[in-house]
Amino acid sequence: MFCRLAGRPDDPSGLPFPDSWKDCTVKRSGSETSKVPFWRDIRVLRAVAQFVFLMGVVALILWAISNYRQRGMIFSYSFLDEAASFDLAEGIEFEPTDTYARAFLVGVLNTIRVAVVGIVLATLLGLFTGIARLSGNWLLSKIAIVYIEIIRNTPLLVQLFFLYFAVILKLPRLSSAVVLPGPAFVSNRGIVAPWPRLAEAFRLWWPFLLLALAAAIVLIVIRRRTRARIGRPSIRGFWVLACLILIPLAGWFIVPGRPLRLDIPELIEKSGGVIKVEGGVTLSSEFTALLLGLVIYTGAYIAEVVRSGLQSVAKGQTEAARAQGFTNGQIMRLIVLPQALRVIIPPLISQYLNLTKNSSLAIAIGFLDLYAVSQTMLNQSGRVVEVFFMIMGSYLTISLSISLVMNIVNKRMQIVER
Amino acid sequence: MKTKWYVLILAALALALVLGACGSGKQEAEEPAQEEVSRLQLIKDRGKVIVGCNAELPGFGYINPSGEFEGFDVDFGRAIAAAIFGDATKIEFRPLTAAERLPALQTGEIDVLLRNTTWTLTRDTANELDWACVTFYDGQGMMVRKDSGWKTFQDMEGATVATTTGTTTEMNLADSFRSRGVDYTPLLFESTQDTNTAYEEGRADAETSDKSQLAALRSAMANPEEHVILDLTMSKEPLGPLTAHGDNQWNDVVRWVCWGMMQAEESGVDSKNVDESLSSSDPTIRRLLGVEGEAGKNLGLPADFMVKVIKQVGNYAEVYDRHLGPEGINIPRGPNRLWTNGGLLYPMAWR
Repeated sequence: MFCRLAGRPDDPSGLPFPDSWKDCTVKRSGSETSKVPFWRDIRVLRAVAQFVFLMGVVALILWAISNYRQRGMIFSYSFLDEAASFDLAEGIEFEPTDTYARAFLVGVLNTIRVAVVGIVLATLLGLFTGIARLSGNWLLSKIAIVYIEIIRNTPLLVQLFFLYFAVILKLPRLSSAVVLPGPAFVSNRGIVAPWPRLAEAFRLWWPFLLLALAAAIVLIVIRRRTRARIGRPSIRGFWVLACLILIPLAGWFIVPGRPLRLDIPELIEKSGGVIKVEGGVTLSSEFTALLLGLVIYTGAYIAEVVRSGLQSVAKGQTEAARAQGFTNGQIMRLIVLPQALRVIIPPLISQYLNLTKNSSLAIAIGFLDLYAVSQTMLNQSGRVVEVFFMIMGSYLTISLSISLVMNIVNKRMQIVER
Repeated sequence: MKTKWYVLILAALALALVLGACGSGKQEAEEPAQEEVSRLQLIKDRGKVIVGCNAELPGFGYINPSGEFEGFDVDFGRAIAAAIFGDATKIEFRPLTAAERLPALQTGEIDVLLRNTTWTLTRDTANELDWACVTFYDGQGMMVRKDSGWKTFQDMEGATVATTTGTTTEMNLADSFRSRGVDYTPLLFESTQDTNTAYEEGRADAETSDKSQLAALRSAMANPEEHVILDLTMSKEPLGPLTAHGDNQWNDVVRWVCWGMMQAEESGVDSKNVDESLSSSDPTIRRLLGVEGEAGKNLGLPADFMVKVIKQVGNYAEVYDRHLGPEGINIPRGPNRLWTNGGLLYPMAWR
């Protein structure tokens, strides 16, 4: 730097790289290594620091391994093939004779289930609340502010305990369950609702679903091509929707029998006046409490992310759009949101990751997520380190997958320079 | 300048690591001081016996509203004091947590531990302790609502059972139902209180834990009479008094006082009829009460020590009924009946 500044004024030609500059660099590097002692040379110090750090890490690992050896513990995952001999009630089928590996899979799937459903619902809630907060409607914006401030300023664990013990467990007992039309039963055992299940005729019906999808895709491609050519689509968007609905509906009546059958839950009285619900789909109290807790908590944060995104769009955009006769809905949908999304998506990714990782609080309210199942696994097998590696690896994989998907979305949303 | 700090911090870290490694290696257990004289002599000289007990388990060891220790385990401590000094009040209680209890005994802070402690091989050997006998056969039990009318595992087809994770409890639960081919739904929580709340609110049909724990939890419920602990057992948890390893004379005193109380129940001697029993012609009763034989002398106790114990504390049945029976936290006697009634209580021969 010094050389460059010193070299330039001497140069009469004004060329960017004068000959004297070249000489100067050579001279500089030569003279400095001879002048500066090695213990003050930044390059040597850097190399030494990196070497020391590396040695520290290696020593730590070796130390951990030697401790392991000393205690006669062998790092092994062979326990995964052994029978778990405990029982899990939430998620896919599980018997005590199944292996530890399957128990872990149950936990992973339960975590993914609550995370995926939670992310979708939290996004909707956050988007709505974020827009409501900026709304001109006084009541709506104040309600949004109160919700956001209360939820963001209390710990999630406290909210989960409150939801589970003070709200959901206080629902009526199964014997006096609230019956919603359907019928759906709401009690402190959870929500049991009717659920469509595949019937025999489904194998004749699914080609119609495929056909509808294919037709819709063809229509969309035609729309795009004509729009690129003549500036407006030749087919109205209405026909795409009609295609998706009408073809399966026609198939429903052509196919003999019903392709889907409704599994309707019913209350059954067992011996000793104990009541059980059979059939339908069950949302357990624990799943419901955890899902609600995560959605309400993360929704408040997403609302703030959405608000910051909306406010980042210059006011002139809205005013210009209004001057051109756009309606309020159109302004939001066509002008503001597409620009705001570029600001919203990056912080949104970390909110999605937070939701996923916060789902490990499930253990406090008895939901069998990845972490809760792992706790049982390491207690029963004694394989603490191995199980913790599995826990960390699983959360890492889930989180990185979410990041990957969201980064692709983010890239597509960025301004395309033409 | 910054790089220097970086190197300095790393050096400090490395130093801390090395020191940490050395520190952990240097830990040495201090040898407990060898006692030449028996603990019994020490207690007699001191004038009171020091008992380690629980202060928060209703029925077994807790502090009652008037500030006194009370419970099943506590009464066995009183019985030992009555046997040595003829006075059940010459006793000092040390409330201990589960983590403190074994070290307190090993270091000699207490004379005897009476704190619902399960007799296991590891504790008996590696931890250098000696159990005197078993005063309560505990085991994993099942609590259900009374109106369910359930009596056995077979009745519980389709039930939801709440339990606490992290112990052998959930494994015993799975084994018990699986071996009988009964279908059930487990519900797992991290803390005992949460498990209990979920059960009490009706989220689960049943709750499983150690019976003594269940009974204590039930006694704290809003309507304890609505719940019942089934007369079935899923695991072995033998509880009893224990002393430090190697002092046989003191250990003998503890075990024979406990067995004496069981023998008194077997022979039909209790706190009300003990005076009349002194003139009994039954040789076992005469030996038990010190009218005949040399039981007291052999143990280093007064000849009539069992008379004092029975008069001031009672026999086993009286102690059980007072704290664990219908007047107390109400645990069915189950395996804690005398062997003559089909139970496991079998006092050794008093001769």
